[in-house]
Amino acid sequence: MKLIVAIIQPHKLPDVKQALFDNEVYLMTVSTVLGSGRQMGYTETYRGVPEEVNLINKVRLEIAVNDDFVEPTIAAIIKGARTGNIGDGKIFVLDLPQCIRIRTMERGKKAIG
Amino acid sequence: MRKIVILCFVVLSIAGYKLPVTCADDKQETQGKAEVRVVEVKQPAEIEGQTVTSNNETITAKGVALDTVWTLLAAILVMFMQPGFAMLEAGLVRTKNSVNILMKNLMDFCFSSISFWVVGFGIMFGAGNLLFGTSGFFLNDVGGTFDSLSWTGVPLECKYFFQLVFCATAATIVAGAMAERTKFVAYILYSIIISAIIYPIVGHWIWGGGWLAEIGMWDFAGSTVVHSTGGWLSLTGAVMLGPRIGKYRSDGSPKSIPGHSIPLAFLGLFILWFGWFGFNPGSTMGAIPNIAHIATTTNISAAAGGISAMFTAWLMFKKPDPTMAINGVIAGLVAITAPCAFVSIGSSFWIGLAAGVLVVLSVIFFDKTMHVDDPVGAISAHAVCGTWGTFSLGLFAQNKFLPGTTGDGLFFGGGWNLLGAQSLGIISVFAWCMITGFTLFFVIKHLIGLRVSRTEELRGLDIYEHGIEAYSGFQIFTTQ
Repeated sequence: MKLIVAIIQPHKLPDVKQALFDNEVYLMTVSTVLGSGRQMGYTETYRGVPEEVNLINKVRLEIAVNDDFVEPTIAAIIKGARTGNIGDGKIFVLDLPQCIRIRTMERGKKAIG
Repeated sequence: MRKIVILCFVVLSIAGYKLPVTCADDKQETQGKAEVRVVEVKQPAEIEGQTVTSNNETITAKGVALDTVWTLLAAILVMFMQPGFAMLEAGLVRTKNSVNILMKNLMDFCFSSISFWVVGFGIMFGAGNLLFGTSGFFLNDVGGTFDSLSWTGVPLECKYFFQLVFCATAATIVAGAMAERTKFVAYILYSIIISAIIYPIVGHWIWGGGWLAEIGMWDFAGSTVVHSTGGWLSLTGAVMLGPRIGKYRSDGSPKSIPGHSIPLAFLGLFILWFGWFGFNPGSTMGAIPNIAHIATTTNISAAAGGISAMFTAWLMFKKPDPTMAINGVIAGLVAITAPCAFVSIGSSFWIGLAAGVLVVLSVIFFDKTMHVDDPVGAISAHAVCGTWGTFSLGLFAQNKFLPGTTGDGLFFGGGWNLLGAQSLGIISVFAWCMITGFTLFFVIKHLIGLRVSRTEELRGLDIYEHGIEAYSGFQIFTTQ
C-alpha cells in the first residue's frame, strides 16, 4: 500500500481530478498549502512597491492506493497537472504500512478502495 | 396676515413705538384724559421693500431650492447603490474573482460619469428627434436644448447628476451577469458605450421626448429605461461569453458555484434597498407630498418580493434559499420602479409578490433550460422583473395618484390603451438592447477579446488582471 502525495498548481486541480476519475481513482484528500520550489517565487507590485512572493499557493493531494494502482495514479496526476512550465509540482510516493476504515474497522488492502 | 401684524408689533415695540391698543386698563387710565397714543403702523408692503410680488418670487425660489435639495439627496442615495451592487456581486462570486468584480463596479461608475457628461446626457435629453437627441453634449445649453426636462425646475447640473446615477445603475447591472470570466479592458469599453449611446437612446425614447413617450408609455423611475436595458444587455453579454468553466457538466446539467461571502451579499442588498428610496421617490425631481406614497409602494413591493421569492424557493428546493430571497427583494424593487407613483399600496403588494415568484422561476429557466450562466441572477431580477413592472403599470395604474398622466390601467377600467403602449415599449427596448448588445459584444470580442483564457479563468481574475489577492494572507480554495 502506498500513500501518494502530490503538490500541484491550484488551477490544475479540476484537470487532475478528471484524469484520476478516468483512471477510477475516486478517494483523495485535498488541502491548500504554501510552497516554493526551485523558482523561488516571483515579484508583484502593490501600490507601486515591488512585493516578493516567496511562498506560492499550491494544492496538495493525498491519495492512498494499493500497489497496482500506483502507476495509473501517477500517470493520471501527471496528465492532469503537467503544463511544461516551471511550477508544475512534485509527486511523492510514501510507503503506507497500515490503513483502517473507521466505519467498518476493515484493515489493509480492503480499507483502501 | 396675522403673522405680519405680530411682526410689526414686535419690530415697532423694539423700535420704541407704542401701538394704539384699546383695553379695559387703558380706558380706566385715560378716563379723564383726552390723550390718545397714535402711531404710524407700517403696511406690510412698505417693510424693507417687500411687495406681494417679490414675496411670491422668494417663495418660488425657495421652492426650487427645496426641490434641488430633495433631488440631489435622492441622487446621492442612488449613488450609494453603487457600493450596494459592488458588495452584492462581490459576495456572490468566488474569492479569486472578487477584486476584479469590484474594480469593474468602480470603473463603470467612473467611466459612466464622464461618458454621460460628454455624450450621453445630450443624446438622452437634448433636443433632437423622436429617436435620439442631437444637442446638449458637454451639458451645453443654448436655451431650449433641454426642454424635455423643463417640467422640473431644478438646475441643469442637478438634472445631469440625478440622471447620471441612473445611467450608472444600468451600466453596473451587466457586471454581475458577466462576472468571473470577462476581460477587464473589454468591460471598460462596454461601459463607455452603454453610457454614451445605448442607455441614452432608450432614455430618450421614454423620458427625453421620444416616440415611446409620444404614444403614451409611462415608466416613472426606470423599470424599462434602467433595469430592463441593463438586464437585456447582460443577457447578450452572458450569451456572448458563454458559461464559466465548470458550470455545466457534459450532459448539460448545471453545477452550483457558490459565492464566497453571503454576508457581503446581504450588505449589498440592504444598501440597494436603502438607495432605492432615492431611486423611486427622487424621480419626482421635486419636493412634493407624493414622495411619501412612492416610498411606501416601493417598500411594500420589495417586502412582498422577498417573501414570495423565499417561499417559492422553499417549496421548490426544500430550504429557504438566502440568495433567492435577495433576488426576490431586488425583483420587487425593480418591478415597482415603473409604476410606483401611479399605483395604490395594495397594487404594489401584488406587483412585488408576483415579481418574487417570477424571479425564482426565471433564474431556473435561464440556468437550466437556456444554459445562460448568470452568477448573480441579474437577467432575471432586472430584465424579466423590469418587464413585469412596466407591464404591471398598464394593469394597476390609477389616475387619482398623479392625475392627467397615465390614466387608469386595465384593472381599473382604463381599457387596453395604456397596456398596449407599455407592451410596445417593452418589445422595442428588448429589440434595441438585443441588437446593440450583440453587436457591441461581437465587435469587442473580435477587436480585443471578450473572455479571459482558460488558465487565467481557473487561476482567478484577481491575480491575472490586477496582480493582487482579495484576502492576502488567507489560505483559500481557489478551485471548485
